[in-house]
Amino acid sequence: MPTFTREEIEHLDDLARIALTDEEITRLQGELNVIADSINKVQEVASDDVPPTANPIPLEAYLRPDVAQTPLTQEEALSGAPRAQAGMFVAPQILGEE
Amino acid sequence: MSQATELVKLTAAQMAAKIKAKEVSSRELVDAELDVIESAEPSIEAFLHVSADEARAQADAFDAKLAKGEAEGLPELAGVPIAIKDMIVTKGIPTTAASKILEGWVPPYDATVIEKLKAAGMPLLGKTNLDEFAQGSSTEHSAYQLTHNPWDTERVPGGSGGGSASAVAAFESPLALGTDTGGSIRQPGALTGTVGVKPTYGGVSRFGAIAMASSLDQIGPVSRTVLDAALLQEVIGGHDKRDSTSIPMDVPALAAAARQGAKRDLKGVKVGLVKELAGEGFQPGVEARFNEAVKLLEGMGAEVVEVSCPRFPYALAAYYIIMPSEVSSNLARYDGMRYGLRVMPPAGVPQTAANMMSYTREAGFGDEVKRRIILGTYALSAGYYDAWYGKAQQVRTLIIEDFAKAFEQVDVLISPTSPSTAFKFGEKMDDPLAMYVNDIATIPANLAGTPAMSIPAGLSDDGLPVGFQFIAPQKRDELMYKPAAALEAALEEQWGGPIHQSLKTPWLESLNK
Repeated sequence: MPTFTREEIEHLDDLARIALTDEEITRLQGELNVIADSINKVQEVASDDVPPTANPIPLEAYLRPDVAQTPLTQEEALSGAPRAQAGMFVAPQILGEE
Repeated sequence: MSQATELVKLTAAQMAAKIKAKEVSSRELVDAELDVIESAEPSIEAFLHVSADEARAQADAFDAKLAKGEAEGLPELAGVPIAIKDMIVTKGIPTTAASKILEGWVPPYDATVIEKLKAAGMPLLGKTNLDEFAQGSSTEHSAYQLTHNPWDTERVPGGSGGGSASAVAAFESPLALGTDTGGSIRQPGALTGTVGVKPTYGGVSRFGAIAMASSLDQIGPVSRTVLDAALLQEVIGGHDKRDSTSIPMDVPALAAAARQGAKRDLKGVKVGLVKELAGEGFQPGVEARFNEAVKLLEGMGAEVVEVSCPRFPYALAAYYIIMPSEVSSNLARYDGMRYGLRVMPPAGVPQTAANMMSYTREAGFGDEVKRRIILGTYALSAGYYDAWYGKAQQVRTLIIEDFAKAFEQVDVLISPTSPSTAFKFGEKMDDPLAMYVNDIATIPANLAGTPAMSIPAGLSDDGLPVGFQFIAPQKRDELMYKPAAALEAALEEQWGGPIHQSLKTPWLESLNK
């Protein structure tokens, strides 16, 4: 049965890129273990030969015709950017130099 | 009574008929609803944004079209106003998903359903409140405000679509759109005495619906009558090439099915009462109204039998693995790069893109969203994937099999929509599991992609509305509209009018002064 340790949640918040506070980690640990107890029930019912379902109404994938469109102008695409410059998104440094 | 308060109590179909007969203009309807919104919002708080100017402009444009005789061929609901859950993107109108991470975002494009509403000449009154990113069952997880249940403003309207449900119940709008991932249209419908429909998965385009759990999400109608929901689903439904899960088929004849149902003849209709969605955990007042409604169905000639869906008790567990897994993946896009909030790390922490993302997401997401992202990240991580996510996907297959067996015996399935009536603010906020159990009867339909709807079944012993759920087989949405409309007609005959006549509406009375 999975249990959430403090280290586990710290690892998960790193994977999920959320800088959780210590207080949030403590609270989440309690809550997630209660939830885990409850949802662990999925182990009980399906034997290994049951196929998994990803989409309840599977459709055949298709390719649309390769026709150029302008769904958004450059200005529209940048309209919500926290920072933009010269028609580009401005990002903080990607590689750490610390 | 002033003209405005009379107008807003009409059903959407009645409004449409008056528009057609030139007895009222779209602009007059919009102005009447905006008056009610102004009067009701201090106590209801259903709207995050009222788009009054846009709604008036759209109404005027439609009225001009109608005057020139150019409205021929538009859907029946042409000119009738509508409110939109703030989970659906609207070009030029702020869209937040009730999250701080999208505060102030103005989408540069329209969802397909919004394009369809605009093409139908249906003015958009504004954007309604919800649990942040549609994650919750009470709308208390909104980052902005609490929406109040018009039946008792000390209580929640359900969720996540509490804003849409309350707006329609309070006569602030005749119609609204919702999104339903585990019951977010139907459970608020039950708690506010309104009609809420989750169409077949893929029956309504999800292009422009902010993604929560993509294999479960579905946009659908919120209304005060079954016919209004049918008419609205016919406007928004149908195939869309921009959504790869959109089913390439025409919308079934839903309004015709609702109109046929209103004749109250259900001979030949086989109805299955789901054994597993009753009993323990369901309030006696909810069961009482449900059982009385079942008798009415039988009285109209329906054959009601009990059916068993033995794997339904595992649906909630499977849902709370699959849904957070998809949430953790879908919400990865909120990274402070291209739109929405950006929070730089505090001094002393390297000012890198990765750290910016972590501090942005810490500041921008609320408790429930964080809980689900962490849970989903875990369920998808190496070592646990098979035990949790894999097993949950297998359980999903078993739920679909249960439905398939049930639908071999009957045309539609029925259950109470929600185990309880509306609860008080704060009652379940400290206990995530108690909140999750609200969706026990609505989740199976999302897992299986089947259409389902909730209609009012009357008031419980606490004076609060109870919801009655119909579930139909995939792609056969019309099969639930017929008995739902029949039951609605039979109940309204008993009550001597719609359920809303029992609702106290001080915000309408103050308009008459």
